[in-house]
Amino acid sequence: MSVYLDHAATTPMFDVAIDAMNSALRKLGNPSSLHTEGRATRKDVEDAREVIARAIDCLPSEVIFTGSGTEANNAAVKGLFWNSEKKVIIVSSIEHHAVLDPALWLADHEGAELIQIPVDSDGLIDLDFLKRTVAARKNEIALISVMHSNNETGVIQPIAEVVKIAGDIPVHCDAVQSFTKVPISYKNLGLFAMTISGHKVGGPLGIGALILRRAVEIPALLHGGGQEREIRSGTLNAPSIVAFAAAVSAHIFDATKVAQLRDSFESGVIAARPDAVINGESAPRLPGISNITFPGTQSDSLLLLMDSEKVSCSTGAACTAGVHRPSHVLMAMGLTDVLSQSSLRFSFGASNSEADVQFALSVLPRVIERGLAANSVGKK
Amino acid sequence: MKIIAAMSGGVDSAVAAARAVEAGHEVIGVHLALSSNPQKYRSGARGCCTIEDSHDARRAADVIGIPFYIWDMADEFHAGVVENFMSEYAAGRTPNPCLRCNEKIKFAAVLDRAKAMGFDGVVTGHYARTQEGADGRTLHRAVDPLKDQSYVLAVLNREQINGAIFPLGDTEKVDIRIEAEARGLAVAQKPDSHDICFVPSGDNAGWLRDRLGSEVGPIVDQDGTKIGEHKGAYTYTIGQRKGLGLTVPTADGSPRFVLKIEPVTNTVVVGAREDLAVTSMRGENPIFCGPVVGAAPVKGFVQVRAHGAALDCTYYMDGSELVAELDAPLLGLATGQAMVIYDGDRVVGSATICETA
Repeated sequence: MSVYLDHAATTPMFDVAIDAMNSALRKLGNPSSLHTEGRATRKDVEDAREVIARAIDCLPSEVIFTGSGTEANNAAVKGLFWNSEKKVIIVSSIEHHAVLDPALWLADHEGAELIQIPVDSDGLIDLDFLKRTVAARKNEIALISVMHSNNETGVIQPIAEVVKIAGDIPVHCDAVQSFTKVPISYKNLGLFAMTISGHKVGGPLGIGALILRRAVEIPALLHGGGQEREIRSGTLNAPSIVAFAAAVSAHIFDATKVAQLRDSFESGVIAARPDAVINGESAPRLPGISNITFPGTQSDSLLLLMDSEKVSCSTGAACTAGVHRPSHVLMAMGLTDVLSQSSLRFSFGASNSEADVQFALSVLPRVIERGLAANSVGKK
Repeated sequence: MKIIAAMSGGVDSAVAAARAVEAGHEVIGVHLALSSNPQKYRSGARGCCTIEDSHDARRAADVIGIPFYIWDMADEFHAGVVENFMSEYAAGRTPNPCLRCNEKIKFAAVLDRAKAMGFDGVVTGHYARTQEGADGRTLHRAVDPLKDQSYVLAVLNREQINGAIFPLGDTEKVDIRIEAEARGLAVAQKPDSHDICFVPSGDNAGWLRDRLGSEVGPIVDQDGTKIGEHKGAYTYTIGQRKGLGLTVPTADGSPRFVLKIEPVTNTVVVGAREDLAVTSMRGENPIFCGPVVGAAPVKGFVQVRAHGAALDCTYYMDGSELVAELDAPLLGLATGQAMVIYDGDRVVGSATICETA
């Protein structure tokens, strides 16, 4: 038996999405071509756009397909900054690197001033800090970007309050982890821009979308044929777009069931290791993400041991060299360097069952024991 | 057995891991990240823990079909190897960091961690052999004399040798490359690494100057007459002839060599070639990977450099120090280097040279 508990990294493609992609791959036609084949593919793309627009509650014309969530985040942060005369960028301190790094890059190369919103020990952003900052710097702020839910802890952020505080300031929201997991209405939130991604929702890799308010024009990252509102060029990836929509319309993710699995797992972990700490436990969370600190361990050892016991989980986000670094998210929540490197993320998805939970719980005690032993000898 | 394969990203450790899998072991590949700020690319034969190397190691593990992880040992490496390298030079000795790495990292931090995690040992791509005998497992030279690495492994104690597997000791390097090619390993023709991995420029003196400063001091001859100036005593090595920058010639025009480095007075002493001659050496902190040496003199060999010759000697313990008396004098021997005693091709033990005469 092997158990996959890393659905926040990527989740299996749904069968309906694979089928939709397979038949789209057999279809000929560039969606931008004017002939019969081109029009047929264009129709599939536009049908898919409408499906996704309905799911996120935006206009079809507000959906700009991109090659990934990362691309959409880059396009939003850089685009909204370049679109403005103002120099201040406000992001939460727990953003994914796909938001944080473009913002840091703009600070290093384009004269931006980056302000990070702190979070409390539950991982919720400090709305008073945001209020004070907006009140003091209102006319200098180019954009605010706050994620809908955090990819490491699953903690859901108060986006409606952020938009209210922002007033006229454009707000972008990275909703990659939240989309299809919890109800989201782009329209009701009143956002300028939002990011979603295909492979987190049962669709394929290599497809994402930037949701950008109608009639808002931002400079392009990719110039070329101008396919997506002149904001994103490149031949439309019709098979992936079609499969993305098929996954979204399948409604296979059962939030209640997944939350039950997570709760069952967490109570089993605490029963086995009473010193374990569930990060962000008392904040509103996504149904499927559980981030747990096991004091006295080293998370890369735990990951190796879990893997050799056939349970796949994560230490958070890996960097290019694959060297585990302390999580900026957990450190922003006040964990020490050491404790943040003693934490694992388990993320549950539509394909998991209670048997998976019980299997993971059955291997956990010996993994933690060995992890504690390894930490006491191999590492200071 | 369940073993960890330490994979540098080079051809040797890749073939060693593949051979361990074939021998029936359950193998997990681990690349050690030894620098907290790794360089992206490898330049020539220098450096051994760039991001490119970790990719090469991962790719080799994938081709072999074993799990692969990166272990961050940068702190341990800095404390156990880099700082030791600097403090030894600062004290006027010439350390061998590869030995320290084997002693403190690969067969200590890694082996200990592996054992705690339920593994039985560590496999590496070192060229050396082990044999099981009446006295337990012993360490021996590799069959390829040009690649033999028993010298840098001689710091391992019995327990560490018992936890180590060296699958390459019976094969010549040229055949390892052919085997890697046949196994489809892309690193088959990757150049060997030389020099010191944490000094990617290869300029040891410059690296040390950047970290230890460059305090000017006298270069003196054996009777104490100042004949020049140096820019940091630790950038000199015993036996060094070039780069002294001396303008006062000797009476007979013969060249001068570094005889001694005195860190307390920041003085470099130079003299004639014959004054470099050493006939005996003493080593501190001896480690024996076979039967422990006693006070009774024994005939054997001593090696004082990684690829140096095995010199005929008589060795024995004098108190806590290991002594080797050479049959024929050796020119230029730096303290800080390891003296490794051999009985034929078997490693008897090693010690760090603290005194020469």
